[in-house]
Order: sequence, then C-alpha cells, then structure tokens
Amino acid sequence: MNPEQILAGDRRALARWLTALEDERPEAQEVLAALFAQTGRAQITGVTGAPGSGKSTLVAALARGWRARGQTVAVLAVDPSSPFSGGAILGDRVRMQALAGDPGVFIRSMASRGALGGLAATTADLARALDAAGFEQVVIETVGAGQSEIDVARAAQTTIVIEAPGLGDDIQAIKAGILEIADLLVVTKSDQPGAEATVRALRAALELESAARSAGVAPGWAVPVLTTIAPTSAGIGEVLDTLAAHQAFLRSSGAGSGREVKRLQRELELRLRQRVWQRFALGLGSDVLAEWAGRIHRREIDLESAVKSVLASTHIPEHE
Amino acid sequence: MRALRVLIAKPGLDGHDRGAKVIARALRDAGMEVIYTGLRQTPEMVAEAALQEDVDAVGLSILSGAHLALTPRVIELMRANGQGDVPVFVGGIIPDDDATALRELGVAAVFGPGTPMTDVVNAVRAAAGQVGAG
Repeated sequence: MNPEQILAGDRRALARWLTALEDERPEAQEVLAALFAQTGRAQITGVTGAPGSGKSTLVAALARGWRARGQTVAVLAVDPSSPFSGGAILGDRVRMQALAGDPGVFIRSMASRGALGGLAATTADLARALDAAGFEQVVIETVGAGQSEIDVARAAQTTIVIEAPGLGDDIQAIKAGILEIADLLVVTKSDQPGAEATVRALRAALELESAARSAGVAPGWAVPVLTTIAPTSAGIGEVLDTLAAHQAFLRSSGAGSGREVKRLQRELELRLRQRVWQRFALGLGSDVLAEWAGRIHRREIDLESAVKSVLASTHIPEHE
Repeated sequence: MRALRVLIAKPGLDGHDRGAKVIARALRDAGMEVIYTGLRQTPEMVAEAALQEDVDAVGLSILSGAHLALTPRVIELMRANGQGDVPVFVGGIIPDDDATALRELGVAAVFGPGTPMTDVVNAVRAAAGQVGAG
C-alpha cells in the first residue's frame, strides 16, 4: 500500500487501501495525506432513496452510461450493519453484474458499521481515495434511506433522491429531510402504475419548497424531476445529461466551492469532536462514568451537576 | 476486532441459492461482512469481486456438479491477482473423492449438506487468521 501503486492503477493496492481506511488504520490516512492534492477532480454523485426503490439498479445503469461516454466509474455501495451482531450482508453487487469484467469500473461494498445517517463513518474518505486513484465518476449509494438519512449530501457534490411509484401520498413529499437534499429527483420504475401521480406529487412539493430553497443550498438551480425505466435504460441518458448540467452549474455559479467548504467545515468539526472526546476519555479513566452514573441513579446528584464536576476534575492529556 | 469480509459467490449455472443465502446469514450473525454476488457468476466475476472487495475469505456454492472445473479456475485467477493467500471454501453436493481433489488444489475446506453452521463459522475464522475468536 504505497501512493505510487495507487496512482499507477494497481487495483489490489487500491482495494487494500480502501480496507485500511474503513478500519481507520493510521497508515491509510498517511497515504490519503500523500495523495490529497490529487483529489477534487472526480465528480461525486450520491444516490439515495427507500429500500427497494431501485438505487442499485439505477447506479448500474448510470455506470453503463458513463462507460459508454468514455468515463471511468467507481461505485461505493453502503448496506446496513446488524445492530446485534455487527455483521452485514452486502448485496448491491447482485444488481451490478453487467459491469463485471470492465477495467474502467471499480465496485466496493461497505457496511454502515453503526453509523445512522445512511453512510458509514469512513465513506467520504473512501470516495476521496477513489477520486485520488483517478476515477472520473464516483457514485455513492446509501443504505435504504427514509426521511432523515442525509449524510450523503455531505459526501457528494450532486445528490439524486429516488422515489418509486406507490409509496405514500403527497404529504410524505413535503416533510423535512430527504427531499431537501435533492439536486435531482428520479422516479424509477416509471412504467409501473402510479408513476405519473408520484411525479406530480414531487413537482407540487418542489413548488412549495422553491421559495424556501431560493435562500438555501443552491439558489439558481431548479430541481428537475426525471423518470427512468432502468432495465431498458429509458431516461438514463437524460439523468446523465442533467448530472453533467448540475456539475457545470456548480462550477459556473461558484456554488460548488461554497458547498465543498461547508462540507469540509462540517467534517472537520465531526473529526475534532471525536478526537477531543477520545483524548478526554483517556484522561477520564475507564470506570469514572459508571461511578457517576451510580451516584445519579441514587439521586445523590443530578445529571447536569455531574457533567460540571466531571469536566472540572478531568485532566485532558496533550496526546492521544 | 475488525469485521472479517467474506465473499459468497455462486459460480456456474445452477439456480439454487438457498444454501448460499443460509451460509451468508450465518456468517452475518457471526459478525462478518458478507458480500453476496448472486447467481450465475463466471470464475472471472468471482475473482474480480474478491479483488475489489479485498475479502479475507471466499466461499463458493456449487450444486451443478461443475466444482472440479470452476473451483481451480477461481483459485488460478485469484493467484494471478495476488490473492493466493486468501482462503477459498466450497459448499455444495461434492462427492468425497472430489472433496479430496479440491483440497489438494488448495481449497481450505469443503462443506457438504448438513454441516453445522458453527463449523463453517469456525473454519472461516481460523483460515482468515482469527483463530479462537468470539
């Protein structure tokens, strides 16, 4: 696992690096640091939607389309880890078999490993790694997401939210959360009954939202609602064109840089929070919180006063 | 301890994947991350998935009788990819003589019908270097 091998296109070295990043091994971060200047060139697209809405199938169809247009593609497909065993069944490759044997495609499955926002904690770093390795298109597919799993918008430049026909009425479409992160809405399986009603409901919801949105993430971009029938590739070309248009919009308007700086600030904050806590926990010692919890349980002290006492009495070491 | 990553693949043309799914679930319940690739994989597709997913072990489920043709090809391709050290398991309806032949080819273990799941889990852990774990 050295940076030269990655840049030379060594797929074994890349795969091992991705594993090391997932396992949060320090040497993996050293490679990322060495290659960080190579990142920022790929177009990173997120695809999210409910379980069974057709994410993997759409991702496979988009990947075939990009390949036909001469671009290389990496896919990061996230599936949930069991909260009980920690294990996972990662099944997204099942729908991506048509991409097998193409050296311009790299597919990697990830387990969410306890993270709740639709991605794993390390997904953004793996996307950066694939970017550094030279893939032109990087697609991140989330776990089957409901209404509030919106981490993908913090890892991708362009977010596609998928809706399949027949899932809920139009009030579902105006709830907060997943619709607000969409740069592009795709109604999949649009040959199924109810597809037109779904398109209408989404368009109506977007109209309601447009006033709020004009001050929001990307003023100047009207979120389109597109339809696809992925197995026949119907509508896929239009999705690819719209993705390219969104990327061009992000560049020309300056919104892309603004969003990336915001994303990076957020990621810095999360990482710092984790590191400060790790250091604090070292200073705290292992049984201290259990003792405080016992005192709170016996009603000798309240939670907030306990927090103040712990903060006041803990020496934070200077190194981890 | 980090989660083991295991590829469960069905090379060849038979369409019965219940056994593969049962194994995948058992490994999941043992805390492993199981990449499941679906039916009708060529040896090339299996080796490619093993490479991209950087797995700790590969399990092949073969009920078609073509195990002596498919398994060596997978192992050969994995060796060519620099994954000769990744253990390969075979599950399915395998006659005893063929099981011996497969082990001589480098297969870590062969599991027939009725193998207890704990045996499978322990064999995968042992071969992937987590001996006595969990």
